[in-house]
Amino acid sequence: MKLWGRQALAAAPDFVFLGKCTMSKDDDDTFIELKGIVKQYGGVTALDGVDFRVKTGKAICLAGENGSGKSTLIKILVGVEQPTSGQIFVDGKPYSHVNPRQAAASGISVIFQDFSLFSNLTVAENIAFATQLSGKKRLFDRGATRRIAQEALDRIGVDIDLDARVETIPVAHKQLVAICRGLASNARLIIMDEPTTALTGREVQALLGIIRKLKDSGIAVVFVSHKLAEVLEVCEEVFALRNGRNVAEGPARDFNAASLTRHMTGRDVPEAKPPLNIDQAETLLVVNQLGKEGAFEDINFELKAGEVLGISGVLGSGRTSLAKALFGLVAPSKGSITLSGKNIPLGNPIAATQAGIGYVPEDRLTEGLFLTQSIIRNVAVGRFDHHRSGGFLNLTSLVDEARGWIERLRIKAPDYDAEVKSLSGGNQQRVALARWLSQTPRVLVLNGPSVGVDVGSKADIHAIIRELADSGIGIVVISDDLPELLTTCGRILMMKDGRIDSIVMAGEMDEIELAAKLAS
Amino acid sequence: MVLRLLSKQGTSTPEFRLAIIAVVVFLAMAALSPDRFLSSQNIISMAFQFPEFAILALAMTITMMTGGIDLSVVGVANLTAVISALILVNFAGADATGAVALLWLFAALGVAVCVGALAGLFNGILVARLGLPPILATLGSGLVFTGIAVAMTGGSAVMGFPDVVAWIGNAQLLLVPVPLVIFVLLAAALHVILTKTSFGLKATMYGANPLAALFAAIDINKLLIRVYVISGVLSSVAGMVVMSRANSAKADYGSSYLLLAVLIAVLGGVNPYGGYGRVMGVVLAVLSMQFLSSGLNMLQVSNFARELIWGALLIFVMVVNTTDWSRFGKARSGH
Repeated sequence: MKLWGRQALAAAPDFVFLGKCTMSKDDDDTFIELKGIVKQYGGVTALDGVDFRVKTGKAICLAGENGSGKSTLIKILVGVEQPTSGQIFVDGKPYSHVNPRQAAASGISVIFQDFSLFSNLTVAENIAFATQLSGKKRLFDRGATRRIAQEALDRIGVDIDLDARVETIPVAHKQLVAICRGLASNARLIIMDEPTTALTGREVQALLGIIRKLKDSGIAVVFVSHKLAEVLEVCEEVFALRNGRNVAEGPARDFNAASLTRHMTGRDVPEAKPPLNIDQAETLLVVNQLGKEGAFEDINFELKAGEVLGISGVLGSGRTSLAKALFGLVAPSKGSITLSGKNIPLGNPIAATQAGIGYVPEDRLTEGLFLTQSIIRNVAVGRFDHHRSGGFLNLTSLVDEARGWIERLRIKAPDYDAEVKSLSGGNQQRVALARWLSQTPRVLVLNGPSVGVDVGSKADIHAIIRELADSGIGIVVISDDLPELLTTCGRILMMKDGRIDSIVMAGEMDEIELAAKLAS
Repeated sequence: MVLRLLSKQGTSTPEFRLAIIAVVVFLAMAALSPDRFLSSQNIISMAFQFPEFAILALAMTITMMTGGIDLSVVGVANLTAVISALILVNFAGADATGAVALLWLFAALGVAVCVGALAGLFNGILVARLGLPPILATLGSGLVFTGIAVAMTGGSAVMGFPDVVAWIGNAQLLLVPVPLVIFVLLAAALHVILTKTSFGLKATMYGANPLAALFAAIDINKLLIRVYVISGVLSSVAGMVVMSRANSAKADYGSSYLLLAVLIAVLGGVNPYGGYGRVMGVVLAVLSMQFLSSGLNMLQVSNFARELIWGALLIFVMVVNTTDWSRFGKARSGH
């Protein structure tokens, strides 16, 4: 998929931006239309007669949970997968299927979640790369590269250092570079996969502004996401998929976050309630004067048994460094962390684990999971040393225990020996959780517990967090998903420039006030 | 044709491919020169030949499982052989017999294993504590070990052992060559370590994703040091077998074994990026290589051509293992 993205972009031939496309008479401004698309993989029907339509210069929400078929639909749209039956109209011309080159030639550009950028090349090179490759020239033209890149950046009105290496720029800027890469290869439709997951509230607003500019210049945008409430305001149309069928479509103004969720999940996801009174509970974690130069300073807080404490702040506020410091992955230069009065050595994840602190990282795919290893092993990895008899592993008890946790967390997997990468995001997150729960932690640090997880799973994960808190575990949730913080946490520490800026009690603020506070 | 058949049957595991390769190579060699290849003399001769580099391949396997590599295996083997040989020559002498000779042999073996472990510890510290890339750390340390061996011997062979030393490399236990017995025991032990111990599973998982291992609070330093110590110990055993078979020790014996060990591990399906490997696969790869090697020998192919064939085979196998054949087939049928 990733490879395809690059190939397609590299293969995009010169294409005169807008104007040259001939529209058929009956479809005035429809750029692409999919009719009755059926896609079967073996015996499994991924798409069952789906209709989808993209109009020039309009933004469309393609909503659906993981497994609803939205990824398959996008793959068909860009030609990576061929539909089993159904028709595709590009500019009114019918096709039974398109191939990646045709899709790229007609100006369809996809921005994947990881952006597929070359992190060791400069901003300018990344933007102009595809265009430069598709040209006939054999030599790399530095001047042209900068010009192409600057033009693209100017079109969305942002200013990024052209010579900065992509690995050094913030995530939000990487996304903009990916958008510009699409623009430079004359995209008419930009498909964005989960565009907001890596962005803070303010960055999302900036992105929405850019989307409006794109629409004004006649470029269509498709958002593929399960966190759609944020982008709903710039969209004209919504298509919701569930189990491979259209379940709702219509003008975006007819939808709100709740109705979208209902369509996507087929049920009302109850708003989670914060846990009960914990005033009497034992104090577990005491963080005292914790500081690390350049990351955070002067951090003091306490966590009680059964409490869910939120930590939020924009990217770069020090929240992730602090989270890692709690688990020993970052070594603070001053201060102390105690658990039930016992001092925990700083900067040592093994000591932190032995003391009873667990950490579920932000990035499941690179930090959290052993993707090519089995589900069982991923759950059991923390318990190997506890199932030893005479130097050997007691595989039966190890596997039984892991199975127990897989079932308790309702991880949906046909085969527990399957590679963990075969699971959906929500189930993967549960595997990461199960690994720590099997180690009976006293404090659990969850960094972005529902990033990239579909709405239904998200509600389940929130319910699990509450259950765990009720069982007496102290939980720290690091997140910038404000509804998540408001529904799960009793207190929220707001971080700013490495310090705790303020403490918000649950119920004190609603989402809008909190968002304003975060952005201030 | 064979490949398409395999992917259709869904049995495209590296071990299955290997079993087929081993059988095909065996049959091909048997067909090309049935009288000589299938003779009991040749079979026994092969069984004496392969254990020494097969043991080195086991050392390569465990380091590759963690996404590393140990290029110092031959250096370690020669260093330990030279040290043992010097002990045997200087303290026991060629004329020693009976209990005295046996005692010195055990002392020499003990020292060899300790030296192997120390060499492995040195590699482990370079890789784990100092964070050097394994390929460079062990390339450097291998030269250091070889250099020490050269310095100790002046580059010449050390010989003049008591007769009992030859037993390790040349005797047969119930018709089974002793080196083969040693290899089988070590292979079985490594299989158990990798699949049935906490250490082995952690090493595999570390190889699959080092960063996730860090986040899962695995003690990575200890893990890697143990991996390289095991590799060093296995190399020292290989050194002992070589010493006994050659009835001498020299700083530059078995220089072609390094490539062979890497080739066998990769051919055996061990993922050079870490996270996957089966001892069974390595054993099958060893057999394929020995069949090929003996066969080529009988067909009077020169030694130089043999290295060329091995190098080409290494690249070919990596290409086969990293290419997704099912996708390839699909793309073709799509056009």
